[in-house]
Amino acid sequence: MSTRFTKWLAGAVLGATAMVGATFGARAEETIKIGVLHSLSGTMAISETTLKDVMLMLIDEQNKKGGVLGKKLEAVVVDPASNWPLFAEKARQLISQDKVSAVFGCWTSVSRKSVLPVFEELNNILFYPVQYEGEESSRNIFYTGAAPNQQAIPAVDYLMAEEGVKRWVLAGTDYVYPRTTNKILEAYLKAKGVAADDIMINYTPFGHSDWQTIVADIKKFGSAGKKTAVVSTINGDANVPFYKELANQGIKATDIPVVAFSVGEEELAGLDTSNLVGHLAAWNYFMSVDVPENAEFIKKWQAYTNNPKRVTNDPMEAHVIGFNMWVKAVEKAGTTDPDKVIDALIGVSVPNLSGGYSTMMPNHHITKPVLIGEIKADGQFDIVSQTPGLIMGDEWSDYLEGSKDLISDWRAPLKCGNFNVATGKCGGSGK
Amino acid sequence: MVISTLSRLRRLCLIAMAILTLAGAGAIGQARAQDVQDTLKLFSGSYDDIQKGIEALAVSGQPTAIEILQALTDNRLLAGADGSLVYKDAAGALHDAATGTVVAAEPAGAKPVRANNRIRRAVEAALGQLTLVSPDPAKRLEAALSVFKSKDQTALPLIETALARETDAKVKTALERAKAALVLYGPGEEPAKLAAVEVIAAQGDQDALAMLAATPSPSPALAAAIKDASDAIEGRLALWSGVQSFYYGISLGSVLLLAAIGLAITFGVMGVINMAHGEMVMIGAYTTFVVQDIIRNSAPWLFDYSLAIALPLAFLVSGAVGILIERVIIRFLYGRPLETLLATFGLSLVLQQAVRSLFGPTNREVGNPAWMSGAFDLGGLTLTYNRMWIIVFSIVVLFVLMVVLRRTAFGLQMRAVTQNRRMAGSMGIRTNWVDMLTFGLGSGIAGIAGVALSQIDNVSPNLGQGYIIDSFMVVVFGGVGNLWGTLVGAMTLGITNKLLEPVAGAVLGKIFVLVALVLFIQRKPRGLFPQKGRAVER
Amino acid sequence: MIMKRLFGSDAMALWFLACLLVVTVLVGVLNLATPADSALHVPTYLVALLGKYLCYAILALSIDLVWGYVGILSLGHGAFFALGGYAMGMYLMRQIGPRGVYGDPVLPDFMVFLNWKELPWYWLGFDNFLFAMVMVALVPGILAFVFGYLAFRSRVTGVYLSIITQAMTYALLLAFFRNDMGFGGNNGLTDFKDLLGFNLQTDGMRVALFAASALALALCYLLCLWITRSRFGKVLIAVRDAESRTRFMGYRVEGYKLAAFTLSAVMAGVAGALYVPQVGIINPGEFAPQNSIEAVVWVAVGGRGTLVGAAVGAIVVNFGKTVFTGVLPELWLFALGGLFVFVTLLMPKGIVGTVPQLLDMMRSRKAQNAGETAKPEAPRPAAE
Repeated sequence: MSTRFTKWLAGAVLGATAMVGATFGARAEETIKIGVLHSLSGTMAISETTLKDVMLMLIDEQNKKGGVLGKKLEAVVVDPASNWPLFAEKARQLISQDKVSAVFGCWTSVSRKSVLPVFEELNNILFYPVQYEGEESSRNIFYTGAAPNQQAIPAVDYLMAEEGVKRWVLAGTDYVYPRTTNKILEAYLKAKGVAADDIMINYTPFGHSDWQTIVADIKKFGSAGKKTAVVSTINGDANVPFYKELANQGIKATDIPVVAFSVGEEELAGLDTSNLVGHLAAWNYFMSVDVPENAEFIKKWQAYTNNPKRVTNDPMEAHVIGFNMWVKAVEKAGTTDPDKVIDALIGVSVPNLSGGYSTMMPNHHITKPVLIGEIKADGQFDIVSQTPGLIMGDEWSDYLEGSKDLISDWRAPLKCGNFNVATGKCGGSGK
Repeated sequence: MVISTLSRLRRLCLIAMAILTLAGAGAIGQARAQDVQDTLKLFSGSYDDIQKGIEALAVSGQPTAIEILQALTDNRLLAGADGSLVYKDAAGALHDAATGTVVAAEPAGAKPVRANNRIRRAVEAALGQLTLVSPDPAKRLEAALSVFKSKDQTALPLIETALARETDAKVKTALERAKAALVLYGPGEEPAKLAAVEVIAAQGDQDALAMLAATPSPSPALAAAIKDASDAIEGRLALWSGVQSFYYGISLGSVLLLAAIGLAITFGVMGVINMAHGEMVMIGAYTTFVVQDIIRNSAPWLFDYSLAIALPLAFLVSGAVGILIERVIIRFLYGRPLETLLATFGLSLVLQQAVRSLFGPTNREVGNPAWMSGAFDLGGLTLTYNRMWIIVFSIVVLFVLMVVLRRTAFGLQMRAVTQNRRMAGSMGIRTNWVDMLTFGLGSGIAGIAGVALSQIDNVSPNLGQGYIIDSFMVVVFGGVGNLWGTLVGAMTLGITNKLLEPVAGAVLGKIFVLVALVLFIQRKPRGLFPQKGRAVER
Repeated sequence: MIMKRLFGSDAMALWFLACLLVVTVLVGVLNLATPADSALHVPTYLVALLGKYLCYAILALSIDLVWGYVGILSLGHGAFFALGGYAMGMYLMRQIGPRGVYGDPVLPDFMVFLNWKELPWYWLGFDNFLFAMVMVALVPGILAFVFGYLAFRSRVTGVYLSIITQAMTYALLLAFFRNDMGFGGNNGLTDFKDLLGFNLQTDGMRVALFAASALALALCYLLCLWITRSRFGKVLIAVRDAESRTRFMGYRVEGYKLAAFTLSAVMAGVAGALYVPQVGIINPGEFAPQNSIEAVVWVAVGGRGTLVGAAVGAIVVNFGKTVFTGVLPELWLFALGGLFVFVTLLMPKGIVGTVPQLLDMMRSRKAQNAGETAKPEAPRPAAE
């Protein structure tokens, strides 16, 4: 090999190092930067791309109102490509190189788990907009999606009361959210007197596409003479083939209703819903909520995306709430310094899109109404039930053995994410 | 116009019959106007009130009952602020619910009466009673089934009347079953109930089992009869469930076959490791989406033929993309299969992102035409139409492909080129040309597979990713270069997977299949049907 | 003498090691010894990022050893990488101790909420660093040995081998996704605190991990270099170029292949173990067949059968990925995919093979002007 090449190689390596430095070097600060950490490629792009657009719209709109603290906002969009280690890397890049003041992002639990240490280490703020399994409370994360008690339990209560369901199929994708939700539900159902025989739990892998056997099993389970319902925590891509199989095997909502926690307007947009009328979903927001705030948001969103058919969904509302809370907290604190904003965020109350107000609680979860909707033929939801008041997100479930004694309170004297009320100590159950 | 008048006449006739039957059966006397008003007021109330209203309406003899109930299910029933009720007919004209007369305007503050599942069930039960005497046998069958489900005792006299005059054998059986269900759940005597158990047991399916299991407070003799009947049904169903698993296996196998069959050409025959194969399938699925989208917007009556239109188009589009890829990339890489792998892997990323940019990252809706929707029973099996057509379709594609390969000049040239390129060239075959067309054929068939897969799976940019590994497994397992091998490979993998699934669960089942496959390749390194001859050691 | 034997007549190896040394020292010193606002300061973020690239470089090196020198195209090397990573991750999980959210002194958080009462047997011993390090090498090694033994003995070669390695990593992917396996399911292992008692999040620890990765890369490189230059290595190359002929000459081809494959898997495992503390998470996604294919692409981009090329390819592609996912979040897949196509079509010898060729061409043009002729090119690996 020629020495000329080796010299070239050495030059290239050093040059590249210099380039890295230049690429990630700090820039002058004239704007307030906001990180948007949503996958734009890979398996999760299907859900997350929309949230990126929502953030861009919100930031754009805030800038038209004059920005925050007299400065314009600037979105820094990166693509973590549905790759979990890449989420951590990109989070680090956003915070330490782009110097963002807050990050809005993540969808899956694993992506949140991946970035959590980064946010705690570099002391920044993450707004996480998706319903999740709970069992977590970090000082640096604000959970604007639903905790299990803000989605699953009201849905089950509704089915018991309204449909008289006695037998339950808990079907989910095999990952932490369905596992935890199903554990909570199982404990809850048993506490309500449902026999173990009347609960069937089934887990399938991600992207499962052949549902023939499982749907047949559900049908069989449902023909034991008691009213049966399916509680579905099936994730993302697997839903379309699942619902197609349900429709084709003739399982109607009037026979065995399916209530889903991960199926919203966006997911239904890829489906012919005429055979799914009456199946349910539980969320904290539906596009069909009939209040002026929502109508205005939908109008803005459809104009922004230049698509009059574009739908809205629950995680989008969570980002709207989270963003408005952040703006309000920054204005209250008079600075974007994360420490001050984290303290200022607790207690902030902003209008949600279902006609009420959502408040950030000391456990970094928010108050929300729970809505139950039935799928309509046009892919929208008919809201058949709404909790009378707001429900506060419960991060540590009371129905799980490991966490029933834990609470989280990030206000001044306690400042603890896993305070044990039984032992009076911060730091988990501490056996 | 004529049709609507006719249907209105028929409906009137039907309502008249229902009223006559009700009156004749003595279920309830002539409805008075005041009662009707009270009943209709209920529809402005809570779900509980609406349900009461539906139940009252079903036995009221109200002439517009069917219209009201059907309007309710279709969201065409409006309640005014004062409790007055109007419904829209299919043409959009408003009718007063009490009298059926056309009214000019909606009452003040009119809102659609909402329905949830409970209300829908009540409507189904009520319509079941009201349409037991419909002139349309299909409707009568449906009515009988809904009475069977609702077990509404008030329908018993109606059922008996309907049974007495029923001529259609199928409907008659359904009515007998419905009657048996009512007897079993009613206050009747033990002998009658025992007979009912027999009727229901003869049905021998899941519904019968459910019906028997939930019998209210059976006497000891009845309980024993129920247990015997249930055991018999369960035994029968267990037998069928084995067959059902096998069928599911064939169905999964046919999906694998479709996904792999194009690869069997590009990889099996040409030796090109095409990692972008899945994306060819995806392009086919998106072609279907585009075709349906155009049809929906401009020619909705064609919808049932949308798949037939999409098939050749998908073949052409994917085939053209394939030919383009072959001309621009692959032809420079022949003889270097591993480098093709890398280039096509890069290509698959580009294609995915291209589709994502063009159509957006979310799932697109591809509808099932009527003939692809629903299911039918065969013995103890429930066969869904879409799966069944896919099985048929995959076999047809396989055979057409075989005919092309074995019986046409192009097939002959293709085989000649793959067996001995230089000699084929010397014989005057344009090998370059044949390569291009072969790759186009393989890609086009992948596109056809995409049309079929759009019926059961997501149409999203990730569609192809889900099938690529499985497709390679199928081709390698069956033996490269052998279409029969691909068929047997796909079916074996599908059936093994589905037979394991009830035992081991979906995930473990799939892991077992993969491990078994790895071990199998160790035993037979060239698959089930290895290519023979010296040309193998390439 | 040893130097001569190792590096032969060309100086590329020396230059590569020298560059590695310079960059490592420079990055380390500039990160730790300069103030954060200095223009020369290397941010910690970059240290972690470069450390990750180096781990990928080791993985690429291990693939190049078997693909470039033995002709085994493994599309499942990500599995060995991930297994090494899991072994390290298990050690790190045990190090968390009672600092997990539930405060359980023994069980990791995910076991607590799945109601596991005690540690499964295969987690025992992972609180010991040495044991964990042995496992980092042993688990991928044993898997590769068993898999390779079965495959090579029955002479599974070429694309068949590639496909079954893919099946292997796919099966492991599905298995590790299962929560019942006791490896944390989809969430994997995360929220690590300490390594050997040192806080993972300090700058010093990051530089140390980065330096360890650089050292491991250098050692693995030297090892590969030594192997490929040795008599053993010559046989490997013979197997690559003409397997049957080598067998007929009396060599036990299976043994040679198996040894190289197992060693390569161990190297991949080590890379995974170094990767996990630097990125802070290990989850089943690492088993995804796409990851393994991508790693092979790095080798192809850098230049197959050159060792240096593998490392360069891994670093260049991942650097590009880092830049483009930030700069062109919507379009970077076009760039990446396009790069793969471009490289295979127009640079079949990769960066390390093509660039000197271009330089030689330029030089020979100059030389021709001076009345000289260029020396002939060194032999390259044959096509498949």
